[in-house]
Amino acid sequence: MATTYEKIATQSVSGSSTTNVTFNSISGSYTDLVLIVNAKLAASNNISLRFNSDTASNYSYTYIFGSGTAASSGRASSTTYIYGGSTSTTNYDTHIININNYSNTSTNKTALIQSAVTSIGASAWVGLWRSTSAITSVDVSFLGNIISAGSTFTIYGIKAA
Amino acid sequence: MAITSIKTGSSFTNLTKYDSFLAGNAAYNPSFESIATVTVGSGGSSSITFSSIPSTYTHLQIRGILRSDRGYAQAGNIMRFNSDTGNNYSWHGLVGDGSSASAFDTQGLPSFMYLGEMPAVSGLANTFGTVVIDILDYANTNKYKTVKTLSGNDRNSAGVVGLISGNWRNTAAITSISIKEDVSNLVQYSSLALYGIKGV
Repeated sequence: MATTYEKIATQSVSGSSTTNVTFNSISGSYTDLVLIVNAKLAASNNISLRFNSDTASNYSYTYIFGSGTAASSGRASSTTYIYGGSTSTTNYDTHIININNYSNTSTNKTALIQSAVTSIGASAWVGLWRSTSAITSVDVSFLGNIISAGSTFTIYGIKAA
Repeated sequence: MAITSIKTGSSFTNLTKYDSFLAGNAAYNPSFESIATVTVGSGGSSSITFSSIPSTYTHLQIRGILRSDRGYAQAGNIMRFNSDTGNNYSWHGLVGDGSSASAFDTQGLPSFMYLGEMPAVSGLANTFGTVVIDILDYANTNKYKTVKTLSGNDRNSAGVVGLISGNWRNTAAITSISIKEDVSNLVQYSSLALYGIKGV
């Protein structure tokens, strides 16, 4: 039976100068992408995504966040990134990013992000990239902050029947 | 730290070793298989239905994108099992709409399970909402069925993201699943894929 859920690539951070991780040349042979990030930073900040090297204001996002004492929601329009949850300096925090139908050239692209950040809180995010292009590259950064060694980034492809 | 070995005698030793499920780990994949995919064609469709679902898996997952032709910026999507239109469903939701977080539940037992809001006619063009729906132990005939849905849509001017739990008060094995917009149609390119997850 053909593999349905398979790893495309993994990148592990070493050293102390990495500020972003990019997955290039993503084939269009899957239906969905799932990106799993386990990361710690030198200075806390939000995980942020860009697709196909697009640095223009073509992104937006909406989130819900629970801090342990209160729940809140916020959003932003016409941003230069899709944001996900904050990432801390004390733990390797986890972000799971679902990008469904990433290669459909008739639809804008929407990502669903779940962020589990031990010292800050839990959150869910929905982000939009206003482009009908197939996603062929995904860039993950934390707004210029240095990613700690030992952080891992793995992208999977899910292939529907 | 990667899992590199399992102690002899552990209840986990019969699992199939699989190398690509969790970040950085040689994990034990419960076997994720594609069962069927439905993509709405031109002209739209009143629903997406998966029928004759085999009982050979342990869990189901539905993934995809949805948009409706209702005359709003966004509209609710619903799910039913085994063509049951009775008042046998319930749910709780936690949602954020960009300005506030709120929680809600059903008042009484409705005739469908709520899945969240998807873009509609007056929402940003070409924009679809995304869903990931987990249906656990769907073939167990001793349990009511519980569902977890993560869904959201952002239309640049507004958005909503939510986590919703649902319950179907029936012990029958789930053999069919129907998903639709509450009162209108799903538009072209709406697409859902059904996957089966095998246990040991």
